[in-house]
Amino acid sequence: MSLLHVLGFGLKVGHLLWVLCCWVVSSISKNWLVFGGEMTKAGFVGDGGKMSLNWLEKVLENVYKIRHGHSNQQAGSKRFRTTWWRKLLFTWVIGWVIFSLWILWYMSSQAAEKRRETLGSMCDERARMLQDQFNVSMNHVQAMSILISTFHHDKEPSAIDQRTFARYTERTAFERPLTSFVAYAVRVLHSDREEFEKAQGWKIKRMDTLEKTPVPKDDSELEGLEPSPVQEEYAPVIFAQDTISHVVSLDMLSGKEDRKNVLRARASGKGVLTAPFRLIKTNSLGVILTFAVYNKDLPPNATPEERIEATDGYLGGVFHIESLVEKLLQQLASKQTIVVNVYDTTNCSHPISMYGSDVSEDSLEHVSTLNFGDPFRKHEMRCRFKQKAPLPWLAITTSFGILVIALLVGHIFQATVNRIAKVEDDCHKMTELKKRAEAADEAKSQFLATVSHEIRTPMNGVLGMLQMLMDTDLDETQQDYVRTAQESGKALVSLINEVLDQAKIESGKIEIEAVQFDVRAILDDVLSLFSGKSQENGVELAVFISEHVPEILIGDPGRFRQIITNLMGNSIKFTEKGHILVTVRLVDEVMNSTDAEKESATGSTLSGFPVPDRWLSWAKFRIFSHEGPASPVPTSFSNPINLIISVEDTGIGIPPEAQSRVFTPFMQVRPSISRTHGGTGIGLSISKCLVGLMNGEIGFVSIPQLGSTFTFTAVFGDGCPISKECKSQQVKGRGDSGTSEFHGMKALVVDSRSVRADVSKYHIQRLGIHVEVFADLNQCLHAIQSGNARTDIVLLEWEIWDKNSGLSAIFLNKLRDMKPRVSPRLFLLSNSISSSRISAATSDATGPFVIMKPLRASMLAASLQRVMGVGNRISCSNGESPSLSLRSLLRGRKILIVDDNKVNLRVAEGALKKYGADVVCTDSGEKAIALLKALHDFDACFMDIQMPGMDGFEATRRIRQMEQTLSEDFLLGESTSEPRENISNFRLPILAMTADVIHATHEECTKYGMDGYVSKPFEAEQLFREVSRCFQSSSNHNL
Amino acid sequence: MEVGQMQRRLAEFTKSMFMEGFLDGQFLQLQQLQDESNPDFVVEVVSLFFQDSEKLLNDLTLALDQQNVDFKRVDAHVHQLKGSSSSIGAQRVKNACVVFRNFCEEQNLEGCMGCLQQVKQEFYLVKNKFDTLFTLEQQIVAAGGSIPAMEITSF
Repeated sequence: MSLLHVLGFGLKVGHLLWVLCCWVVSSISKNWLVFGGEMTKAGFVGDGGKMSLNWLEKVLENVYKIRHGHSNQQAGSKRFRTTWWRKLLFTWVIGWVIFSLWILWYMSSQAAEKRRETLGSMCDERARMLQDQFNVSMNHVQAMSILISTFHHDKEPSAIDQRTFARYTERTAFERPLTSFVAYAVRVLHSDREEFEKAQGWKIKRMDTLEKTPVPKDDSELEGLEPSPVQEEYAPVIFAQDTISHVVSLDMLSGKEDRKNVLRARASGKGVLTAPFRLIKTNSLGVILTFAVYNKDLPPNATPEERIEATDGYLGGVFHIESLVEKLLQQLASKQTIVVNVYDTTNCSHPISMYGSDVSEDSLEHVSTLNFGDPFRKHEMRCRFKQKAPLPWLAITTSFGILVIALLVGHIFQATVNRIAKVEDDCHKMTELKKRAEAADEAKSQFLATVSHEIRTPMNGVLGMLQMLMDTDLDETQQDYVRTAQESGKALVSLINEVLDQAKIESGKIEIEAVQFDVRAILDDVLSLFSGKSQENGVELAVFISEHVPEILIGDPGRFRQIITNLMGNSIKFTEKGHILVTVRLVDEVMNSTDAEKESATGSTLSGFPVPDRWLSWAKFRIFSHEGPASPVPTSFSNPINLIISVEDTGIGIPPEAQSRVFTPFMQVRPSISRTHGGTGIGLSISKCLVGLMNGEIGFVSIPQLGSTFTFTAVFGDGCPISKECKSQQVKGRGDSGTSEFHGMKALVVDSRSVRADVSKYHIQRLGIHVEVFADLNQCLHAIQSGNARTDIVLLEWEIWDKNSGLSAIFLNKLRDMKPRVSPRLFLLSNSISSSRISAATSDATGPFVIMKPLRASMLAASLQRVMGVGNRISCSNGESPSLSLRSLLRGRKILIVDDNKVNLRVAEGALKKYGADVVCTDSGEKAIALLKALHDFDACFMDIQMPGMDGFEATRRIRQMEQTLSEDFLLGESTSEPRENISNFRLPILAMTADVIHATHEECTKYGMDGYVSKPFEAEQLFREVSRCFQSSSNHNL
Repeated sequence: MEVGQMQRRLAEFTKSMFMEGFLDGQFLQLQQLQDESNPDFVVEVVSLFFQDSEKLLNDLTLALDQQNVDFKRVDAHVHQLKGSSSSIGAQRVKNACVVFRNFCEEQNLEGCMGCLQQVKQEFYLVKNKFDTLFTLEQQIVAAGGSIPAMEITSF
């Protein structure tokens, strides 16, 4: 039970967690689906989502399976399940670790992507701006070239000279913020050199040397420059800004780099850039932009030759790349975050850095191409973040969180599984322990039974010997010792019987018989059993049985008697004064009794001592609850009689704290109880079990120092369903026991207590005497004197007799005065021995005679007979009656005796022959079977159980088999043999004979098909009982 | 000897047999089974008992002399003996048999040997008693007296 609970709980928790996980996973995967669609990764994520969903479905399915599998295969699949759970857990953890790693990777890659994009956009933006700025500057330079071509070459004479140029450029420098300075070189062919040099007033100088010492110390050095060697053409600088006026007269074509530029510029007609170089003066990086100035407007598709032809001069501007970029970056936000490098990558393998430094730690780089309008030159902008990419904290925390949750779930899962496993283990252990405990308990019961039985046998010997010893010539002391020893022995035997009973009840071996019995006779027996003790104590003992209770009941008289004996024994033990009253009524009677009756019942008691309200003792009974009558107790009896039996005493009572364990075996109110009162405390527990077996309930009410009332109900069958028939049988039965001679007599009972009077009335009525009850003597006397009917008996309660001796004497005298024939006999109902002695001394022929309580029908009858001289023949033949009936029962019966012991055989034969039976003896089971094989004419068989070879049980079993086949044949009409009228031959009554009565229990005998058993040294009464039962049942069978 | 005297002796002797525990109530039962139709019932049964028991005792002696004692067989014999003795009411033999059987169950050879001796002793004792009893009865019958009915008071 507990296992299932825990399991259920575990599964619930697991399920909850699963649901949680499902939700988390599904929501995450949904988000991915949306997000992933944008990221063009939907395929993968979608697949992943589907996969995870599939997986979940599988897992849930498995969980479902497991839950179902549990009920089917509890223990078998335990190992399997453990490994399965392990695997699942492992998969779970691994899966989530992978998943969280993936999350980490995914999110950090997202971040990196974003960063790259940011960088790229920033870089591109910068590149574009730089390009724009540069182009603007370039346009200005180009505009200047136009200016020069217009005002210098097209005008004759030139409108521009060095001074004008310098001033103009100076003043328009704001338009070219990036151009540090500009210079104009004119194309001079060698043929024109002389003329040109003359016109300008200086020689054309060459630059190569200048280049070798890139940073001249001062202008004076320039003075030492050599004149340009003879060339095909020259490009001497004629105009220059003031700041670089020293370049005037330098031949641009003489510079290696410049020459290339110049040539390229005039061929392409576009601005051409040099590789970056350190500027001579400022020592910063710069590029020279060169434009060709043409003497005419060339079409855009002019060939290079045409261009070269049309070239007039070259305008050069120096761009300050560093400051250019610097300025640019100044304008833009977040210049701190990124590092910008500009390279000239015309030579791919050796890019020339134009700007920036390699200070960045970040490897991430974005390259944007810069187009400065020179197709030959290639420039790049490389951007990097200044700082390294920060750790992707979001990704880390997210994945870590997921991992933690997953691990937690895993842990809970594992804990649950472990818990389940542990609980299962515990449960198994418990089951094991329970089994062992049960085995031990059984062993204990077995042991008890065995030991009790083994003790009982020698105890019987001891008791027998003591009995014999008492019959020898002993003096008083010895007699006393022996009596004590015998009492102890008897007590021991009864204790052993109780323990044996308990053991039987515990092992469920006890069975309730269903035989006819007289409940009144049983109560009389019990009463006589306790009468000695009650008289000693001066406790009044009484039995009252309602007249509605049938005479003959069907049930287990032995067990019924045992319950009553237990309860009364307890009451006797704990009652020192007052009374013990046993009442037997029908349940219906009690239920229908009015409240007034209830009141009166509680008002007065038998002895006058107060008692607890006995109604409380059955207050909790099911049968009295409202549903009780609606649903009758299931019973095997067709006409069930519900009896309610109360045993009321005025003893010491049960303390409230001990009342709860009254029915627990071996439980007593105090340990000291067993010392003062004896007993094992097992009786009530046995009684409870027995009552339960009789479909009844037991309860009690007890008030300390006031008394206790135990009440139980029991269901019996009605022995004589038709009451009239029963009555007649009763009368007949009474005639045998010699009570019918009182029939028609009239008795007066004088008693002030109604309860006690009822008891007396009940007993006297049983004798067939008509009873009237009076509360006091005067009333009674009046009734006798005035009454028309004859009064035969007056029964006087001792108490009333004793209380008012004067009135009593008058009463006695008046009775004596009446005519002898008519005068009623006076009887005193007395309880104590002392009173009987006194009265015995005072009584004479007319009375008063003393009848000792407790009243019993037989005792009462005997007393009345003695006094009144009727029917002296009672029960003189009682001792003979069983044997006589046995004779009538057995006469002419043919009986088979099977015993291997010759002596026993002979004795049994003698015994049965004595009762007129026709006996056949045989000494083995085989021979018996042979004798019974054919259709035989035996009426019964007595079978010894313990025989060498085939024992009695086996022989019986075979005989029964034979009978079975025979009767089947007979019923089928296939029996060839002569059909016999006596069908009972198909089931021969077989009685076991055993010396070991206890060992061979009734149930064992019936198990093997026997009908009963007799103890081996034959005992007339037992023999009679068993044989009559057998023949009765067989005759019933016949019918 | 006078018949009355003999009858008294018989009664006393029988009583002593009960007193000394040789016999129990079962013997009385046995006596009750004897009537006119079966006048020698008791003698018959008791002699049967003697024959049977002597045979059993021989068997027992033999069985216990074996190298490997078959306690089951011994037990079966003792059971028989116990059954017969209880049937005729030879109480002391029966009691000895009870002890004997316990030793058999324990497979205690020494105990068994002791018990065998005990049983034998008891058997011969009771046999002698019975012999005396029957001789007395025969004498009474021969002298023309009748066997007095046993008193059943003591049980």
